[in-house]
Amino acid sequence: MRFAYDTEYRQGFALLRHPEDWANYGLLAALLLAAPFFASNYILGEMAYVLILCIAAMGLMLLTGFTGQISLGHAAFVAIGAYAHAWLMRQGVPMAASIPLAALIAAAAGLVVGIPAIRVHGLYLAMVTLAFAIIVEQLIGMWRGVTGGFMGLSVPRPEMFGLSLASPTAFYYFCLAVAVVVLLGLLNLLRSGLGRAFVGVRDSEAAAAGLGINVKRVKIGAFGLSAGVTGLAGALMAHHIGYLTPDGFTLLLSLELVLMVVIGGLGSMRGAIMGAVVIGVLPVAISRLKAVLPDVVARQFGLELFVFGAILAFFVLFEPRGLNGRWLKLRALIQSFPLYRRDTFRRQKAYMKSERDK
Amino acid sequence: MSPELALFAQITMNGIAVGAIYALIALGIVLIYKATEVLNFAHGDILVLGAFIAWALIALMGLPFWAALLIVMALMGAFAYGLDALVIRRIAGQPQFSGVMLTIALAFMIRGLVSMIFGPESQSYRTPWSGQSTQVFGVSFANIELVIMGVVLAITLGLWLFFRNTRLGVAMQASSQNQLAAYLNGVQVKRVNSLVFALGGATAAVAGVFLAPIALVDTALWLVTLKALAAIVLGGFGSIPGAILGGLLIGLIEQYAGVYLPHGFKDIAAYLVLIGVLILRPRGILGEAHGRRV
Repeated sequence: MRFAYDTEYRQGFALLRHPEDWANYGLLAALLLAAPFFASNYILGEMAYVLILCIAAMGLMLLTGFTGQISLGHAAFVAIGAYAHAWLMRQGVPMAASIPLAALIAAAAGLVVGIPAIRVHGLYLAMVTLAFAIIVEQLIGMWRGVTGGFMGLSVPRPEMFGLSLASPTAFYYFCLAVAVVVLLGLLNLLRSGLGRAFVGVRDSEAAAAGLGINVKRVKIGAFGLSAGVTGLAGALMAHHIGYLTPDGFTLLLSLELVLMVVIGGLGSMRGAIMGAVVIGVLPVAISRLKAVLPDVVARQFGLELFVFGAILAFFVLFEPRGLNGRWLKLRALIQSFPLYRRDTFRRQKAYMKSERDK
Repeated sequence: MSPELALFAQITMNGIAVGAIYALIALGIVLIYKATEVLNFAHGDILVLGAFIAWALIALMGLPFWAALLIVMALMGAFAYGLDALVIRRIAGQPQFSGVMLTIALAFMIRGLVSMIFGPESQSYRTPWSGQSTQVFGVSFANIELVIMGVVLAITLGLWLFFRNTRLGVAMQASSQNQLAAYLNGVQVKRVNSLVFALGGATAAVAGVFLAPIALVDTALWLVTLKALAAIVLGGFGSIPGAILGGLLIGLIEQYAGVYLPHGFKDIAAYLVLIGVLILRPRGILGEAHGRRV
């Protein structure tokens, strides 16, 4: 059992509040830093990919989990970031400038999509973002001069300040560094006034407006910021893929991002990372599993899709707080071992509530 | 008749035929939304499943078209009923977002199952009207398009009579307007809602069986869900006449965009309309004006 005993005001909102946190996260950081010494190049590549997914999921989590705006079209921002970055690098812009610029371009696109968010919300916003993602995917195919159309666009080799990032180890460290910077940046943002405004808009727009928060500006800002972070992930993704085609940024990627956020547990950055790890590793796990499964099942094309759907349905029905909620329960069980009460996390019984005539 | 006018007449006809199918799909989604407030993203996948079963019945087992249509309608109705009774009903009372996520999850599962059972290849089957056409004023129309229009008209009329004149239809209207009041008046709300799902599933099956001869039997057919959403938004969210009108308009807009606009616009026209309507006039053409609906 752990008691909060704060002697200073700042302790109340420190990122790492307890000595165990320092130990646990330190251990995690050490493991991640040491990974290249014992992991093969293939595994390092996969880990870099998972880190990129983590960044994208954190971007979406900021929007959906903390500001309450649904987006079913975040693959569009990944695509915009990736193409902007590849195009800028081909024009001779150095990578150190091109990555932030790509993120800014994606953020600008996010601001444009955020404008409908003032007028529509809920299901309607989901449809607007979905439609936007499809339009972007088609436009990439049509705009041959910049994107190479369906023929695709090759991405220059990553190089920063004269150092090549092309080797798996270097690229892994680069992705790790970006992911940590993004995570710390977002966590700090969420402790600031703007971050509290995001949460306020999520929980009650009327109350937020009553407290003097400019709801419209906060919503658009959240869209821009979220799109920027996701675009940053897209820029890194461009190097991971190496050759960009519109097929890489379909609706399925958008839905996978939403899947990560929901499976991880809305409203926590830890959830975004957990969800990204699960969804990133799942295809590899399924392809490994196929070797074990009987041939009739293993040859099936739709298996992956089916498993994705089944996992999502399971979480929506049985654990709406996602992996993060499950983790909190487990931690509470261990910490308060003989005294754990199941009802601490009991879901209240809910009844059908109309959202139509609000 | 000049060639331009003939072309115009022909694409208008194509547009109405495709639009009639969109209208049918939109109708099913709106029925389900009005009853349960779940926006059913799995609707297109129920349609795909229906189209594949119809293909299996017609092309593999050699059943006549109408028999296959009836069997598929019954199967998909039962399937949708089960889907609601066993799965979707459990999330009643949770935020709308849960419904979206759950139906997307179900859509993934159905799509995965379909490609596991029927294989990833596209299929096609013959209808009694394949390859036939009728000449009107020197313009030839495919017979299948005329049949589609007739079928959709008949279903719409049938549904209208059903909702007006039968006990069950009135019960469905009642429970979609106010569940508690309907329950207190003796309507078995849970069963009625599942029956609405069954009705939606059956209309999706009809749409699938008639869409397949125009397109192909393929898992990519689920994308019509998104076209239907555009139709629903254009017509006015939650309005049944709006869904039908919107479906026809989206079908027409798509066909005109394919002919008169640069290449590539046909695929995005519906989505441009969706975004435009939501920004400029969120309640659509026939949407109810009262209250805050967006």
